[in-house]
Amino acid sequence: MSDNNTKLTKEEERLFGDLMPEELNEIIQSGLNRRHFVKLIGLASAGLLTSHLIGAEQLFARAIDMEIEDLPPIAIENGVTVNLKVNSVGKIVLIDSRTTLLDTLRERLRLTGSKKGCDHGQCGACTVILDGNRVLSCLTLAASCEGKSVITIEGLARNNELNPMQSAFLKHDGFQCGFCTPGQICSAVALMKEAKEGQASYVSTNIRETEVGMMLSDDEIAERMSGNICRCGAYPNIVAAIKEAQTGKNIEQTWLFAG
Amino acid sequence: MRPFKFTNTKNSSAAINLLDRNPNASFLAGGTNLLDLMKEDVERPDELIDITRLDLTSISSITRGKNAGGVLIGGLGKNTNAANHQLIRKDFPLLTKAILAGASAQIRNMATNGGNLMQRTRCSYFYDTAMPCNKRSPGSGCSAMEGFNRMHAVFGWSNECVAVYPSDMAVALSAMNANINVMQKEGQIRSIAINDFHRLPGNHPEKDNTLNHGELITSIELPKNNFAAHSAYVKVRDRNSYAFALVSVATGLVLDGNKIVSAHIAMGGVAHKPWRASIAEALLRGKAATLANFRLAAEAEMSHAKPLFHNKFKVGLGANTITAALQLASKGTDAVA
Repeated sequence: MSDNNTKLTKEEERLFGDLMPEELNEIIQSGLNRRHFVKLIGLASAGLLTSHLIGAEQLFARAIDMEIEDLPPIAIENGVTVNLKVNSVGKIVLIDSRTTLLDTLRERLRLTGSKKGCDHGQCGACTVILDGNRVLSCLTLAASCEGKSVITIEGLARNNELNPMQSAFLKHDGFQCGFCTPGQICSAVALMKEAKEGQASYVSTNIRETEVGMMLSDDEIAERMSGNICRCGAYPNIVAAIKEAQTGKNIEQTWLFAG
Repeated sequence: MRPFKFTNTKNSSAAINLLDRNPNASFLAGGTNLLDLMKEDVERPDELIDITRLDLTSISSITRGKNAGGVLIGGLGKNTNAANHQLIRKDFPLLTKAILAGASAQIRNMATNGGNLMQRTRCSYFYDTAMPCNKRSPGSGCSAMEGFNRMHAVFGWSNECVAVYPSDMAVALSAMNANINVMQKEGQIRSIAINDFHRLPGNHPEKDNTLNHGELITSIELPKNNFAAHSAYVKVRDRNSYAFALVSVATGLVLDGNKIVSAHIAMGGVAHKPWRASIAEALLRGKAATLANFRLAAEAEMSHAKPLFHNKFKVGLGANTITAALQLASKGTDAVA
């Protein structure tokens, strides 16, 4: 994967820069905070762009080097102490045995990038990467994660450089409201590994032979990403973003700036 | 979700003993169905025994004995790994196709092979604790019988229950005559033929299968077959991916030129268990592999269907799907529709 082609385009940089000249770096590094948010809301003339940027905040989420803060338990029945690695940082949490991995991340570790969409394994918004594989954190008990390593959307960027998949989603506008985006991106990042290994899908045509390092067609991407629902219907842009991240080549954008 | 005690073990015998001593305990494997049902208050275990760390995940060839040429799949291996293992893709591609037709990549990464067999029906009345359901609450009645039963059974149902069994994987296992090996207390092993593993509802729809409390699925055994080059899994659903079957068909054809030596056909989405289409199989034996013969056999099978008010379409759809699957299989496993 090449980073060169997945950076923000000049138009996008100008768009962000015009809007928030002094805070752009800060947003990229540590996410959108209340001060930025209030300022964005104040920019009445950029009303549409505001909602776009709130979506973009899901892409950046929080940088990996931020301190993960534990929260005190409120009421615990059948407590289980779990050691797990979250975005490469070791954590020990005492949880109620009923707590899902999703609730542990969101409510105990303040990593709210992973979203609770349906909470029943039907939407994919809670997708995280557990020991290298994408899973649904809403149907995973945290108690069963002893010794495991979790990567969430907050852990994908390296040294404040976006993961190429994050840049590709930004470039291709692979979201509208942004709620499904952390799950989409975690899912797509894990998909790159699956394609590299030559894992098959229901639409693969050569089941009996394993093709290592396969390049995914649009149909393959759609089938393999079917566990991530996007209510805004950004699917064509999501497919384009994944294609760009996989090939490292410019993929034609399905949208253009007006004028 | 109701409170439960969480227990963890790396030892199969210990796991079985833990389960055996508590009638309200459940094993926890992938959890993709169990946790959902616990959130819905349909399943109410007071203890979960996490068995995902048991050493039952390998996939290996059977090299000796009467089952030589077959393969043994660990009960606690992940669905993704079973579908993608070289041995399975090469010699049992029907299983790969069926597993990949089910759920999403995320769920297949979590779900185990044994757990897949233990899935419960997705009948909406089973999930809705405000409605009567004999499977969830024996004796309360069946809401689907005269309710919205578009997704329900056309074969083998009883007045007590018209639900269908949801797994795709098991439909392929049925066509392949797999055996389910289970470990009991004191370590005895018993082997259950896949077609005897799940049951029809009869007067006890609360029982999905013939596994007893205190038994653990250790492995799934696939006997050697001669239809790896001529197999197909066709699944028809309301959307193209990530949905349960309206009708699905797993088939393998053993061919001698254009003559059918034997046809192996199982259906999903039509009964309380994978439905072996034995009428169609018998009609095809020794016949020419032609579209006309496929169609005749498919219609003969479906002529025995007893549809409900909203699912009459499954009779025609079933015949079309069997025909399409046989046609695809006759062209070759990697043929495209």
